[in-house]
Amino acid sequence: MSHITQVFRPNYKALIAYLTVGYPDIATTEKAAITLAGSGVDIIELGIPFSDPLADGATIQKASHQALEQGITPEVCLEVARKLHQKITTPLVFMTYYNPVLNFGLEAFCRSCVEAGASGLIIPDLPPEEGEELEVATQKHHLDLIYLLAPTSTEERIATVAKRSRGFIYLVSLTGVTGARQNLPAELEDFVRRVRQKASQPLCVGFGVSSPEQARRIARIADGVIVGSHLIRLIEEDATLSSLRNFTLSLREALDG
Amino acid sequence: MTSRDRPDHRGYFGPYGGKFVPETLMSALSELEEAYNEARGDADFQREFQELCREYIGRPTPLYHAQQLSAKIGGATILLKREDLAHTGAHKINNAVGQGLLAKRMGKRRIIAETGAGQHGVAVAAACAKLGLNAIIYMGEEDIQRQSPNVHRMKLMGAEVRPVSSGSRTLKDAINEALRDWVTNVHDTYYLLGSVVGPHPYPMMVRDFQSIIGEETKEQVLAIYRRLPNYLIACVGGGSNAIGLFHPFFNEAQVKFIGVEAAGRGLGTNQHAATLAAGKRGVLHGTKSYLLADDSGQIRETHSIAPGLDYPGVGPEHSYYKDSGRATYVAVTDAQALEGFELLSQTEGIIPAMEPAHAIYYAAKLAADLSRDQLIVINLSGRGDKDLDIVRKLAGAEP
Repeated sequence: MSHITQVFRPNYKALIAYLTVGYPDIATTEKAAITLAGSGVDIIELGIPFSDPLADGATIQKASHQALEQGITPEVCLEVARKLHQKITTPLVFMTYYNPVLNFGLEAFCRSCVEAGASGLIIPDLPPEEGEELEVATQKHHLDLIYLLAPTSTEERIATVAKRSRGFIYLVSLTGVTGARQNLPAELEDFVRRVRQKASQPLCVGFGVSSPEQARRIARIADGVIVGSHLIRLIEEDATLSSLRNFTLSLREALDG
Repeated sequence: MTSRDRPDHRGYFGPYGGKFVPETLMSALSELEEAYNEARGDADFQREFQELCREYIGRPTPLYHAQQLSAKIGGATILLKREDLAHTGAHKINNAVGQGLLAKRMGKRRIIAETGAGQHGVAVAAACAKLGLNAIIYMGEEDIQRQSPNVHRMKLMGAEVRPVSSGSRTLKDAINEALRDWVTNVHDTYYLLGSVVGPHPYPMMVRDFQSIIGEETKEQVLAIYRRLPNYLIACVGGGSNAIGLFHPFFNEAQVKFIGVEAAGRGLGTNQHAATLAAGKRGVLHGTKSYLLADDSGQIRETHSIAPGLDYPGVGPEHSYYKDSGRATYVAVTDAQALEGFELLSQTEGIIPAMEPAHAIYYAAKLAADLSRDQLIVINLSGRGDKDLDIVRKLAGAEP
């Protein structure tokens, strides 16, 4: 059992939170991660910024851009993970695009992730068709490669991801890019049900989540909720991070209730 | 393996190509591939495409013997494939009409596209007006400024032009935005990609629609000269006009292919767009190919006087041609391209677009060292009216 799968247990809903490493600066990322760990977050996704984040909406685009301008590299992100791993026990997962990973070297990157204390990888532009090489490298180093499914995924694709995703399956709630939304689509329940019929992994829903009500709705059908862009905005708005803390606590409460 | 066998069923040209896109788009790509394969084998579809090529685009475009240019250089015989005479003034229309027909066949009426120089945007706007489709064109703010005549043309033909303000505000960022739109509106939207880049099946499909350039060239050169050309020369940004010319000659090993990239302010600076000459392997915009990136794998900003070449990636089939040695890739600077621009304007009374001006410069240098019986075909992929502002500004900036 991996660090990630240990998070999921009967009658418990996981809360997964995303941070862009280095936005607005490294000290804030570290402080925010520690805050999240202490306010009911079960897994922290550390985003390694990429110059062309085509699955991301305006909020994460801007955060990535500013992080890159400050010279954030994959090496710096690994260092941040290493430090955090010494301070908190919350499993860490890297989220980034394929080119920085490929550039680092698949094998070297996986080894470095494990050395830094990370437990998994999410690569939104790497569908299973293209993921075999990285699967080999992640399995060798006992990292979970987490695949995504979307409302447009066919039954055949759901079956493939159900066979190959490790840790959990990331369900993209809507057709679109990341970013806070007022409403999640009406078909969400059907989508989760379709995946549940084929997959035995925990199912976590992300993209668009920005309120405890949405989290509660997701908790009724899925095993975890993923929140990202809204957290970035809260960090922007309130440097003391108390808004961040209050919001994640409210999500935790919604999931536990 | 013959050229017709490539790409393989996973969309790979050797180690290059594939589909590196968010899960949301994977089904749409499969649907597109299926629809395209059906259309490709459908005589009615092909007939309709051929008819539009003839009646709407004005094909075949001439293969023109540039006598004055050849005489001035005093070397090889230079022929120009006159894609600048195609409707809307560039080769881009071939692909826009082909994919426009496919979109219509698939029942998708909302068309999105990216554009750099604006030539693809203009072609999409025209094809959509003609075929009764709605066009939304993403264009970087920087390109909107430097290619404003094309922005007016697109709007005049009923397209909506959406400015892109992220990143370098050029073609790369316009593609990002178009992909984000597609991810969001995938149910009713057709992405009409303008070059041989992006995820499978785009590099294959765009190549096929552009191959009419090389097919006509072959027929024309054989009819006039009774033999194949010695060199085919074309500029390479994403690489669609070059692949369109090269592909039908793939199996004719004696025909040499030369792709000319943009060396911008010089390969020694970071201000160029010579992806094959100076790049490394990676993944950008859904395809594995050569690209320009820094030590951390972040995509670099590029520079070229020619907006259509100002792109940090390149089509996967070109990467395959490079590694296999089938084609040679060279790079020409802004200043040299400007010389090519003036040379053709003055010798032949033909104002080329800044993109093929790169190919003209290189071809002229090469031709000087060759004998008259050597035939060089340059793909004159577009006309230069759109670039007059750029040239005027440069002239004004000189002391």
